[in-house]
This record gives sequence, structure tokens and C-alpha cells, in this order.
Amino acid sequence: MDKETKKVLFEPLVDNNPITLQVLGVCSALAVTSQMSTSLIMALALTSVTACSSAAISAVRQHTPSSIRIIVQMIIIASLVIVVDQLLKAFAFDVSKKLSVFVGLIITNCIVMGRAEAYAMKNPPLKSFIDGIGNGLGYSLILIMVAFFRETLGSGKLLGFDVLPLVKDGGWYVPNGMMLLPPSAFFIIGLIIWGFRTWKPKQVEHNEFKIMAIAHGEGGHH
Amino acid sequence: MLNAEKKTCKYNEQLCKYYEQFRVYADRILALSNDSLEKTINVALALCLVCAVLVSLATVALRPLQGYNKALDMKKNILDVAGLLQDDTNIDEAFKDRIEAKLVDLATGEYVDGNVDEYDQRKAAKDPATNESIPVDKDIASIRMKAKVAKVFLVKNGGQLQSIILPINGYGLWSTMYGFLALEADGQTVQSINLYDQGETPGLGGEVVNPNWRALWKGKKVYGENGEVALTLVKGTVDTSRPDAVNKVDGLAGATLTSRGVSNLILYWMGPEGFAPYLNKIKSNG
Repeated sequence: MDKETKKVLFEPLVDNNPITLQVLGVCSALAVTSQMSTSLIMALALTSVTACSSAAISAVRQHTPSSIRIIVQMIIIASLVIVVDQLLKAFAFDVSKKLSVFVGLIITNCIVMGRAEAYAMKNPPLKSFIDGIGNGLGYSLILIMVAFFRETLGSGKLLGFDVLPLVKDGGWYVPNGMMLLPPSAFFIIGLIIWGFRTWKPKQVEHNEFKIMAIAHGEGGHH
Repeated sequence: MLNAEKKTCKYNEQLCKYYEQFRVYADRILALSNDSLEKTINVALALCLVCAVLVSLATVALRPLQGYNKALDMKKNILDVAGLLQDDTNIDEAFKDRIEAKLVDLATGEYVDGNVDEYDQRKAAKDPATNESIPVDKDIASIRMKAKVAKVFLVKNGGQLQSIILPINGYGLWSTMYGFLALEADGQTVQSINLYDQGETPGLGGEVVNPNWRALWKGKKVYGENGEVALTLVKGTVDTSRPDAVNKVDGLAGATLTSRGVSNLILYWMGPEGFAPYLNKIKSNG
């Protein structure tokens, strides 16, 4: 694997993570992460859609009229999402029931559109495919991290296996019910972003403006 | 590319000619400027065509498998309410061995003939040919329409009728809840309830699926002394000392409207508009 490919594939994991740095695709990250199994399927679905749609969009990029550029991207993405949704209903029915509308909502996931616009429209298909995989993996990484905390702390399980013995089954752990509700993912994603930016200070955004110090004696009138 | 072309020619001259024409046309379009109207329309049409074929292929090819999954899921719901579902249960086999589906005319309570495997009560409730609208004053469960014929499931143990599974539905807070109520062979004692399809608030009304709450239903009696539907949910926990405790189930904490919806759908479906005629027939026969 040459250096360029490596960069395209692994940069979105930490250095340019779509969730923590670009803050895209957060809504599905809140919704599907209460269990590891749904997160894994969602991650797989999004990664395959991003990779395939990027490749397809890149393949037709030289013949895409700019006036219908976004429509072309949306049609390709939407078709792939429908195919993925149908596949899930056929081969992973229980999980697709839990994911319900969120598979369909991959269509509106900003990561997919973002990669199409930012990368696939300017790069050849194979590279776009790898870029899609990379960004899908970045999304997957965060989903798995969030789901890990939410499922273990919220229901004492991981992938359905008991990890922390619950009080109601004679153990010692009292599950934290809030972890099963979407807001908890907000806190966890926030903490992950904090962690990433402490580890890589380069990711910290500069202030867009500076708050001016109020000159002495002027306060209180406004 | 050239090889494939020759092959097609070998088999079908006409096809080859069309292909050649298509290629000339495609080349001309591809050479156009991206922003010309002609190219824009052609690209849009071609893309739609390709995507439509892809989507329809996926849908058509996967439909049998999806149908099977859906049917399996329904069987699972039924076995669950019958108390026959363990982790290692072979669903198809257990269903075939123990459960018999029957069609019941709701108005008379009699069994009717028909293709019981194909019959879908939810669809029938929407079809003007097979449904009837419920007058507003009788529409306790707020469902507006019901199928004239209901699909019930009898659980057999050997030749003996063990329990009766009745389909029920009614409006909660956000959604129409669909489920099954399993009664023992006396048509009076509740075995279990399973509201398998609902869109109530997760954590509050959505707790209708909570196994602990569902376990409270076991052994409750549907009808009171005078034959009226007495089974309802109460606010908070049931006081076991009260004489009608056997007709009361704990309400769901923080979900007054969902609880009311559950009470209403029981009241409706166990009443004269619902399964009361059928249950009376069973009682008098047995």
C-alpha cells in the first residue's frame, strides 16, 4: 500500500474523523448506539454506502453536468441505501427492525454527501472508494466506542453477553438507565472529542473572534 | 469489449445493429459539453434508468426472503405470547406442532372457512371489501376500522385446547399498538399479552414490551361477575387486598395515556364488538 493510499484510508480514523473533527453524522450516532450489535450493522451499512457511492459518483464525475450535480449524487446514494436496506431486511431482519428508519436516513447522512462533494467529484474511482472506506471506518470507530460505553453501563451487557452482573439478577451493578437514552451519546461523543483534542492539540479550533475586554468604567450600561 | 461485441453478432444480427446504433449515440452525447441541455437530460435519464434497474432487481430478488422473515417474526410473536418461545426453539416446527390458526366471524363468533394461511387481518382491516367502520360511540380503542373476520390462534397440547390467542389493537399515545392476548381455555384467565408493534415513548409507554410488566398479566381475569369486561389498568400498583384485584393490572409509570390506550383496547376487543361472542361460544361448548 503506498503512502497516499494509507493516508486516505487511515487519516479519517483520528486525524480527520468525520464525527469528532468534522462533526458530521452525529444524529445517527446518537440514535443507534444503545447496543453494540445495531452499531456494528449501522457502521457496516454506512461504510459500504459511502465507499460504493463515492466510487460510483467518481466514475461519472467527468460527465456530470454541474447543474444537476447534487441530484446525481443523491440518486446514486439513495439507490444504494435502498439496496442496503433491502439486504438487511432479507438477511438481518431483527437488526433491521431495531435500526428502523435510520438505515433509510443514511441518505441524508452528511458524511456520505460530504465525501461525494469534497472528494469523489475530484478524484478517480478507486481512490474515492478507499476514501469512502476510510471515512466509514472513522464513523464506525466512534460508533463502536460510544456503543461500548452505552451498552455496558446501560444494560450491563456487551453484544448481548453479560459483562457487569446486574442487581436484579443477583449481581452488584445498578444499570444507568440514562445510558440507554440518546442524550447520553451526546455526553460520550463530547468526551471523545475532548480526549481526541487533548491527544492531538492540532484539532483544536481557533476562535473565530476574540471577546474584547471591557474597558474600565464602561460596564453596566449595555 | 470487442470480443463481446463479436459474440453478440454471432448470435443475433439485430441486437448487434442496435448496440452499434446505441454506441454511436452514446459517443455523440459523451462528447457534448457537460452543461448543454441535451447532455444534462441524457445523463439524468440514463442515471435514473440504471438506478431504477438496480433498485428493482434488489427488491424483486430479495422479496421472498423478506416475506419469510416477516412471517417468521409473526410466528415468533405468537409463540412468545403462548409461552412456547425459548432461545433454542425451532420456530417453524413449534408453530406447526402446537398452533392452529382459525378464522372467526367477529359478529357471530363462529368459525368461517377461508384460506387461513394467506389471510392478513391487518390488511383486511384496511380493505373496504373486508372491513367495517366502527361507529364513533363504540370505537373505544380508536381504531376506526376493523376486519369482519379475525384470525385467532389455538394452542393445542395433544388434542387438548390449551389457550386461545386473540389479535388486538388500539391507539395509545402516539401509535396504534398491535398485539396478541393469550387466554386460557376457559376464555377468562389471561395467560400473557404481547404488544409487538407499537411506537410509544421509549422508556415510558414503550415499557409495554417490558417482560416484568407483561408478567403481571398472568392469571388476571378478563370478565367480572356479571360478564362485563372488568380487566383494566390502574394508576400505580394494584392493591392486592381489594376484591377486584384479579381484574386489575399495574399501570405504566409515567405513561397515563398509553395505559389508558391499553385498557381501552382490552375493553373493546373483549367486549361485544370484539371477541365476546366468540369466547361465549367457546365457553358454552367446553
